[in-house]
Amino acid sequence: MSSIAISANNLTRYFGRNPVVRQVSFEIPAGTVTGLLGLNGAGKSTLIKMLMGLLAPTRGTCSVLGVDSTTLNSATRARIGYTIEGHFAYGSMSVRESEQLQSDSFPSWNPTLFQNTIDRFGISPSSRIRTLSRGQRAGVSIALTMSSDPELLILDDPALGLDPVSRRALNETILQFMEDGQRTVLLSSHLLDDIERVTDRVLVMVDGRILVHSSVSSFLERVSIWTCDSSEEPRQLPPVPGLIHAYQAGRRLTMAVVDVDQESQAAMVRICGQSLMRSDSSFVESVVAYLSRSRSSHSFLSKNPPATSTN
Amino acid sequence: MALTIRIVAGSTAPIYRQIVDQITRSVASGELAVGESVPSVRQLARELVINPNTVAKAYAELVDSGFLETQAGKGFFVAKRRQVYSKSERLRRIDESIDQLVNHAVTLDIEPEVIVQRLQQRFEKNLKPAGD
Repeated sequence: MSSIAISANNLTRYFGRNPVVRQVSFEIPAGTVTGLLGLNGAGKSTLIKMLMGLLAPTRGTCSVLGVDSTTLNSATRARIGYTIEGHFAYGSMSVRESEQLQSDSFPSWNPTLFQNTIDRFGISPSSRIRTLSRGQRAGVSIALTMSSDPELLILDDPALGLDPVSRRALNETILQFMEDGQRTVLLSSHLLDDIERVTDRVLVMVDGRILVHSSVSSFLERVSIWTCDSSEEPRQLPPVPGLIHAYQAGRRLTMAVVDVDQESQAAMVRICGQSLMRSDSSFVESVVAYLSRSRSSHSFLSKNPPATSTN
Repeated sequence: MALTIRIVAGSTAPIYRQIVDQITRSVASGELAVGESVPSVRQLARELVINPNTVAKAYAELVDSGFLETQAGKGFFVAKRRQVYSKSERLRRIDESIDQLVNHAVTLDIEPEVIVQRLQQRFEKNLKPAGD
């Protein structure tokens, strides 16, 4: 389990004068499922395109399966399965025809895996792709990507617009793909419940930066949510160590804090008085607290946002 | 008896914790008898559609706390209860939970008698002999 499937080192990308990915560094160990989370425009797709060598970094480097992304040759590419956002497919072909087209380019094609996957999505091989539902089309696209038996699977928002049945099929497909314990998956998604189910690790990206890189369970243990009744109007809060995000709804002030300690508790008591209460936080709440940062005014946040990073 | 585990995503309890709690409860209530096997990591992960490492983490914790044991190549079984902690350590650990409970009771303004009564009910419900 020591090998690294994906790594990024100080990876940065500008579009014009606009930094979209900023000094991103992380390593993803082989044999894990990692969820890449972030709002639209946070830089997820740009990051993925750089990993796949489809976009040159402005600064920094990244590599997949130990090969620098800017020098990927077709032999290495064949070991990576990649689906772009939106599931491209040739509408006029039947499912079987598109399998034939795809399998011609991959010597290691696995027809059983293809069949299992389309079965799970309830797709008949003779259907024209044009006639399939959006969920089934996603199923075809994922089956086509996975059945080349890649070591690394990179899925850019595969669950976009899927119905609940297709979502379940997608989750099952990803987990089955992982069963031999050697393969690696990176997927971006907005469906946090599904991410909590199928992933081991999460990367949370906010405004081009990775703020969280952690296993799912320790992430959940480290973030806590605190609430109190505030007698005052919304105002600037004095600094609280580890504060991720604070918001006020009516008189209720809610603060999400990472790695709470005596110092941060004392700071919160100074703001709230004795009405301060800890409430349990769910995975969804914890992620949303981080994602809310880019939408909130940064005025009460420390200059260096608290990052949650564990291995 | 088939063990039924249900998990929900998006809950305040992490998924591995939900598995740990449900197996612990089934063992405590006698629903799972000593020596009985639990599903393999892969099987349970498939059943619940969750990451196998999550199940593995739950099982590892159950082995650590003495609820399950592994037999090489055969999987996980309900262990004969053994205490891995000394009496004082056990008391210290339960005191932590009690402190939390008491704090919660005070902030929610619930009388001690109500707490004691509810605790008792909880124990009776959980320790009911199997098949009852």
